[in-house]
Parts: sequence; structure tokens; C-alpha cells
Amino acid sequence: METQTIVQEIGEITQQSVKSQEVEVSGSVALLEALIVEGVDTIFGYPGGAIMPIYDALFDYNDKLNHILVRHEQGGIHAGQGYARSSGKVGVVFATSGPGATNLVTGLADAQIDSTPLVCITGQVFAHLLGTDAFQETDVINITTPVTKWNYQVTDANEIPEVIAKAFYIAKSGRPGPVLIDITKNAQIQLFNYKGYTKCNHIRSYRPKPIVRSQYIQEAAALINEAKKPFILFGQGVILGSAEQEFKAFVEKSGIPAAWTVLGAGAIPTDHPLNVGMLGMHGNYGPNVLTNECDVLIAIGMRFDDRVTGRLDKYAKQAKVIHLDIDPAEIDKNVKSTVPVWGDCKETLPLLTAAVEAKQHTEWLAKFNDYTRQEVEQVIEKELNPTTVEMTMGEVIKQLNEITKGEAIIVTDVGQHQMVACRYAKLNKTRSNVTSGGLGTMGFALPAAIGAKFGAQDRTVVAIIGDGGFQMTCQELGTIMQSGIDVKIIILNNRFLGMVRQWQELFNSRRYSFVDIQSPDFVALAAAYRIPGRCIDDRKDLPAALNEMLSNKGSFLLEVMVTKENNVFPMVPQGCSVSEIRLK
Amino acid sequence: MSEDNEKQEFNITVYTENQIGLLNRIAIIFTRRKINIDSLNTSPSEIEHIHRFNIVITESEDVVRKLTRQIEKQVEVLKVYYHTNEDVIWQEMALYKVSTDVIAEKVSVERLLRENGARAVVIRKDYTVFETTGHREETDNLISILQPYGLIEFVRSARVAIIKDSDGFNRKLREFERLEPGEDVIENEYLNQGQKVFTM
Repeated sequence: METQTIVQEIGEITQQSVKSQEVEVSGSVALLEALIVEGVDTIFGYPGGAIMPIYDALFDYNDKLNHILVRHEQGGIHAGQGYARSSGKVGVVFATSGPGATNLVTGLADAQIDSTPLVCITGQVFAHLLGTDAFQETDVINITTPVTKWNYQVTDANEIPEVIAKAFYIAKSGRPGPVLIDITKNAQIQLFNYKGYTKCNHIRSYRPKPIVRSQYIQEAAALINEAKKPFILFGQGVILGSAEQEFKAFVEKSGIPAAWTVLGAGAIPTDHPLNVGMLGMHGNYGPNVLTNECDVLIAIGMRFDDRVTGRLDKYAKQAKVIHLDIDPAEIDKNVKSTVPVWGDCKETLPLLTAAVEAKQHTEWLAKFNDYTRQEVEQVIEKELNPTTVEMTMGEVIKQLNEITKGEAIIVTDVGQHQMVACRYAKLNKTRSNVTSGGLGTMGFALPAAIGAKFGAQDRTVVAIIGDGGFQMTCQELGTIMQSGIDVKIIILNNRFLGMVRQWQELFNSRRYSFVDIQSPDFVALAAAYRIPGRCIDDRKDLPAALNEMLSNKGSFLLEVMVTKENNVFPMVPQGCSVSEIRLK
Repeated sequence: MSEDNEKQEFNITVYTENQIGLLNRIAIIFTRRKINIDSLNTSPSEIEHIHRFNIVITESEDVVRKLTRQIEKQVEVLKVYYHTNEDVIWQEMALYKVSTDVIAEKVSVERLLRENGARAVVIRKDYTVFETTGHREETDNLISILQPYGLIEFVRSARVAIIKDSDGFNRKLREFERLEPGEDVIENEYLNQGQKVFTM
């Protein structure tokens, strides 16, 4: 077959490069060869006029590149994100020009703020038509400049190998992020002399990570050794840097209690004795209150997001702050650090572990456990073991934990269910929590769960979605149907846009302005997509339903009717300090 | 260090690769925070293929520091420095179009222009264009002097500035081109030498 000849002519594909005698190929083929060398095996995409030449070339690469046809480009990019989160590899997304590219913007913004490595390839009209308002032409580069780590428009096929190499390097190095490459149609068709593909590992104007300054490690260690009430805050940086082992070693040696941000969940197992809970607006009681009582705050791979800090002028002012981060722009951005440790935490953590003394902070840790006890009594017990007739979201998560035993990947959408799921899910492994953190994109979960499963085929993927969020991207049920991928979907239906309703109840005197959302019969909708499902509203049916869902060969949708007006507590109201966390 | 929260004029110098679209990437970092750019100059630097931006804004040092770090994060940006007016040598050019009749009739105007270091660029029957190079105050002064005499048109250029203590970018560029991270590249090594600044 045609393809076979080209592959043989191009020669043995080595790790680093594709060396060949010069071969004449089209830009599209060069692109696909580049993807193969970069280790890409899955592409989420949707074809269109301006990207047709690439799709034509893709037709011959069926055995090497698995293309998943989505139902909306936004679904495609969220799937790419889910794939990147669960596998740690770069997610690849294809879309056409015009509306195809603009449909990616939400996903790009989401990936940018949550530091997810993505390479998006968009088609573009012929180069000579640029700027003429041609059919399906948009100025993609300018639209996506604020939401990408880097973007570039290719108008000549000769540029393709170098640009793709640069794109992958930028996407996954340093603080990862989304990269968009816009390829004009003429460049896709153009034949050029292909001399092979070399991966990129250096760009002179780009410094992804530094050599660690040992001076700062020593200073940080000194502070930690003297500390009476040290506290570790950890975030997604630990997972992105693949530094879970190094982090665990650090925590265990120093004996310091550690709390996580939503995106850092799972970096150490949920039931690790030094894992004291979740930070943030809906985090646990102890971690929030004790932030303002610690004497040394060690922030690792987290960026002091406003949801975590509450009022900055009343956040950890009494503490000396040690900030470990790979992005120098994050250090001192929100919280002034006493010792900035700029570097890749996979490198800085072992150095720090070596320099700190082995200790236990039993009394200090006991304080956290004390707050946990209070929280369990006043909040958690009601949520996980309710006495009401209707089910709560928390008890569904608890039941799920018991069956999955903390081994599953939990993908959540955005809203009350997200907070409940993140708070109560049991996670034993890393890369088990996939959610839209910084941007809070509703509709994220369903496509992201598809991507997550493709990225981790040997793990169970459970998507927990609200009735509002599900309706935003429910067309991706079609992707599940066509690809046959196995995703377990739980819809926690409270017949409201829960989070907004909660705010309206607490702060707007229950003026429920347009949060009352009507939904279709979700099980019938799933059935229309040939996906089995069930709806339950009685807690005695819950264990059986969950078991049915998890043991089903293939995707399954379980709709659980939960209580309509329940609130997520604890809560740090907006504009309040973390010490002012409310339990009710 | 001066009061971190007081606003003053800062000169931001950015060394970049010569890339289309980079101007936009840098500009949006300012517009995003609703900061007005007082002056923006972009031109080739002393090194081939390296571009140099000179941006003037009025903000507090705290904000400027955060801005420069966000600019430096951009892939095509090599290095960013920020300085107050005291630490740079800067010039702005201005062109004034005055009616030639006024110059011819009023000797005092001609004398004024010569005294202020203005040189004539173009002399025509109906108008004459003068050029001055210097600081804002001098230019403003000259405008106010010329206004009553009928200043037809005036245009001011962006500011160009050279950092007093620097020794060019060539050496720094060699460091960037090396494959390994190499020795540390220090942020604002010309600023507050003794002070314990967060060094990158």
C-alpha cells in the first residue's frame, strides 16, 4: 500500500528522529509522521473543509494513530484534556477552521489555567485567502493568543517538522500548557523534501526549569527544622512533575501534616495518616482554620488560587512561607514568600528531604484531627449517613468508594457535586482526580471521562456529573456509542443548578433566579444512544445500582435523584478569610 | 527599596525573538490588568534577529515586578528588565510643524527654537518642520511656547532607553543558547545589587 512504501523509505523510526534520504511528502504526512515519533497514539478530532488534506492522509494511518470522532470540538478538546490528565502524555486534538477552531477556545482556556499539556492542530484557509473573510476563516491565532502557552500559524509545509517539534516540547516542558498550531490548507497539500523529524529539546528564549539554587534549599530546610507548627499545602504540581514518591518521602520524613488543593487530590493516598484534608472554599475545617495558626507554610506545586486563600490580607500572615514551584511568575504573585524555591519539585523535593530532620509533630497533628472530629459531627455525618428520606450526594460517593475501593479515576463536572465528590472520594493512586479546577467549565466531565479512559484503559473511570453540566455536552454520548469506550456515568440530579442556588440561598435571600432547571429523561436519552442506564431515588437501591453500573461490560448511565436543596459545607464565603469558614 | 505600592514611571526593556504576533502577546499582558501603556517602542536590537521593546508605564513596583515575570514567561521572550527613570538614559523625539510665515515674521520664534535645540528638518513655502530630541519636560515646554504662534501639527515618538549599568545583550544571549540550563540568569542584576531580591 502507498503508506507502507513511504514508511519504509523514511526509514527506521528511532526514538529521537526520523532520518531518511530525502523523501517528497505532503505537509499532512509530515505532520502525522511527527505525531508518531512523539509517541501519540490517540487523536480526538472533528473533520472539516480546511483540515481535509490532513484527514485524507490520516486515512492511511489507521493502524498507527487511533482517531476518535467526537460530536463537538469542545468535546474533543475536553477529551484531550482528560487523556492528558490520566496518562501524563500530551493530548492531541484536531479541528477545522472557523467555527471548529473557535469551539476549542473554552478548552484551551481550561487547559491553560489548569496547566494541561495539549497540542491542537487546526486547519486554516489557503494562505492567499488570509484576511479576506473567506469561508470558515477566523483569525485563530489572535483569538487564542491569551489562552495558549504558544501558538503559531504554518503557511509553508517546510516549517511543519520544526514547528511540531517545538509545539510538543513547549506543551509538556516546564509548567505544561496548551499549544495551538494553525496550518493553512496549502501547507497541508504542499509537497516538500522531508529530511526526517527531530524532537526539540532546547529553545533559546525558553527556560522551562532552572538549576536549583542550593542556598534556597538550605534556608528552607533551616526554617522547617525550627518550625513548631509546619503545614504543607500541595497541588497539581506534584502530579505534573511526577514527584509523588519524592513528595511522600518528604512528608513522611518531616512528619508535617499536608493538605491538598482540588487538583492535587490523590498525589498522596486519601487515607495517608499525614493527609489532613482539602483546602479551599469548600475544603475541610482543620486545614482552613489552621492555615492561620501555622508558623511555617510550605507550598508545593500550588499557586495560591483565590478559592484556596480567601482574603489575601488575612491569609497566613503569621507564617513564614516557603514556595516550591516551577513557574517563577507564580512565586510572590499572590502570597509573598520568605524562601522562594524555584525549580522542578521532582528535583527540589529530594534535596529538601535530605536537608530536613526526621521528626514527628504529634501535638500539632492532633489539632487537625480534633477539627476533623468536629467537622464529622457537625457536617460530614449528615452528608454521608443522612437520615432524610431523600439521598444526599455524599452518601452516593461513600457507597461508590466502598465498591471501587479507591482504585477508580473520578471525573467530575462543576458545581456542588464536584465539591462533594472531591471532598469525599477515596483516591489511592495518583492521576485519579480529573476535574475542571481553575476555569470551572460545566460540561467538562463527560468528554473528559472519555479521554481519561482512553488514557488509562486498565482503570475504571467514573464520571460524576450534575444535571446542569450533563446537558452542556451530552452530545458526547454519541462518541461513547461510536467508539465503544467504557465510561461509567453517574448523574446526581437535584433538579437545580445547585451551586448557584446555594449562593442565592445564603446571600441573596433565596431569590432563585433561573436556577430551576428541567432535565430530560436521562436514561431514555442514554438509551437513544444505545447506552444502558437506570434511575434510582431510593437509597436501598443504591448499592445494587452501583454494582450493576460497575460490572456492566461497557458504558452505563446511572441517574440518582438526590435531595433538591442541600448545601455544601464547610464554606469560606467570598471575601472572607479562611478562619471565617462556616460549618452551616 | 522605594515604597512598593507607590505608582511611578517604569521603563520595561524586553529582549525577544523576531516573531510576528509577539507584540500582541506582550500587549495583552498589560491590557488584561487594565494598565495603560504610556509609550511603546519596538525595533531591532544590537544583535541580529533579536528585537528590543521599550515600554513605559506608570505603576507601583509590585505590579511591575509581577508584569515582568509574566512577560518573561512567554516562549519567544528572552529577558525582561525594569527600571525607574533614574537608572536609564532615555530620549524621545518630537516633530513640530509651524507655518513658515510665522518663523519669517517673528524673529523671536526662530530664536526660541534655536535656543531649545530644535533643528529644521524640512523648510517649505507654507510650513517648516522642526525636530527636537530630549526629555518629556523639554518637549512639553516647547509646545507651550509654540502654541500661541500657531503650531499646526505635533507628533511625539515613543521612548527609547538604554540601561545605565548594562553591557549589552550579547553575552547573555550566548548563555541562553547553551543547551543545559547553565548558570543562573539573575533578574535585574543591575537593580539593587546588594538587596536580597528574588533572583532567578
